[in-house]
Amino acid sequence: MRSHRPPFWVRTVPVAFGALCLVAVLALVEVLVATGTINPFIVPRPSDVLLSFTRIIAEERVLPRFMLTCGEALVASVMLSVVGIAAGVLLHRHRIVRLATETWVAALASAPLVLMYPLFLVIFGRSVWTIIMIAFVSALPPVILKTLEGLTGTRAALINVGRSFRLTPSQLYWKILFPAALPTIFVGVRLGMIYALINIVGVEFLINFGGLGQLVNELAERYDLPGTYAAICFVILVSVLFFIGTERIERWLRPGT
Amino acid sequence: MPTAEPILVVENIVKRFETQDGVLVAVDDVSFTVAPGEFLSVIGPSGCGKSTLFNIIGGLMDGYEGRAAVGGETIRGPHASIGMIFQEESTFPWRTVIDNVAFPLEIAGLAKAERLDRARHFVELVGLSGFERRYPSELSGGMRQRVSMARTLASEPKILLMDEPFAALDEQTRLLLGDKVLQIQQELKQTTLLITHNLTEAVQLSDRILVMTYRPGKLKRMVEIKLPRPRSSEIVGSDDFGRYVAQIWNDLREEASRGLKDDEARMVRRGS
Repeated sequence: MRSHRPPFWVRTVPVAFGALCLVAVLALVEVLVATGTINPFIVPRPSDVLLSFTRIIAEERVLPRFMLTCGEALVASVMLSVVGIAAGVLLHRHRIVRLATETWVAALASAPLVLMYPLFLVIFGRSVWTIIMIAFVSALPPVILKTLEGLTGTRAALINVGRSFRLTPSQLYWKILFPAALPTIFVGVRLGMIYALINIVGVEFLINFGGLGQLVNELAERYDLPGTYAAICFVILVSVLFFIGTERIERWLRPGT
Repeated sequence: MPTAEPILVVENIVKRFETQDGVLVAVDDVSFTVAPGEFLSVIGPSGCGKSTLFNIIGGLMDGYEGRAAVGGETIRGPHASIGMIFQEESTFPWRTVIDNVAFPLEIAGLAKAERLDRARHFVELVGLSGFERRYPSELSGGMRQRVSMARTLASEPKILLMDEPFAALDEQTRLLLGDKVLQIQQELKQTTLLITHNLTEAVQLSDRILVMTYRPGKLKRMVEIKLPRPRSSEIVGSDDFGRYVAQIWNDLREEASRGLKDDEARMVRRGS
């Protein structure tokens, strides 16, 4: 017997409603800009932004820039998932390490590490590794903290089931604690990826090293507002793709939710 | 009283907890035995140490005086002969019904085909055939508890230890699940120890009922239930059933009142 899938309308209506809301907001902005309620020198017409897509794709080499930003985000995400989850597990297993470092990790989460980009430039040079490492370090705290929260928040009843079946500590981790903590861990990974992408685009913007961040910078300096907003849409597209990707991975790793 | 060699022996168990108000004696000198195939219920008001006793027998709690032994072997941790069903919802949400039930067999290292085959038998036993590929989120509370029961039974324990497994369910579902427990117990000749505060449930299911006092939890009385077997929930309407319920309630009422007064006094102390 196959698992129950929600009916077609349950799956499509929310998506259609979300798309409709977006179209409605864009139409409202279009009207407000056209009537002069919103200054067109600050916010361009959504229709102009739409028309500028083909232009920036053809003239500004968007695809390689998009791929570069995606690649940097992917490497940073893999690194922060591996290191962040491992660090979270370490903090969970060793109380003394947790007591010694948890506050510092939390403090690191609010530190504006992007401002330390000159230091990273000195260490890694003007390369993609500067961008990836800043993104990685800035995005690490939420993954560590959410992994710790997920593991410590596992319901006692589930742990007791494992104990009653005489699981080894390793089996308890892999068969119960880790799957139980996965939804919270993935919240951390998604948060981390948002932090990482913000930092990637920000540093690309600052050090003029390719990618969508540099494109946004160039278009803004040319005062090409529709092009700038279209380039920002591509940054949002990267975020959406990563969000969908992590959602798929989470559903694959932890079905039934 | 049981005549066969007991499979579970509980001798002079005493458990104390350090609290802010001093030492709390949760269980005080409790002794009893359970014979193979017997259904024994431990009943008492909230705070009488029932769950402490459950954790001690299940090997989840140490630091107590006395001895608990299964098949002559002293319990020093979770024991392979004891299968536990918990009060809280404890199915694994990321596993389907069949994978939940096959869990102990997976831990035991059985090949996938064999463990799924055996798990299917226990799924059928608890009446969940057709739901094998469903996830717990797609089931009702009563169905989820049946999955937990099938999972524990799949490990083929000598003693089934249950801590108020139907406490979160409504009365009708509880009675119907009681029927299912009776059917399984009669089919498998499963030795069962049920911890409960529900009088109807205890009388419906048990061969004997151990009534405990409110704090410290002591053995107040052992009641033998001489209702005919096989039983079903229909027995709830019989005169004999009512007499047993009234008899045990007489014992419990005094203890429950003490518990209530104690709770009120504690609230007043905290408020002052």
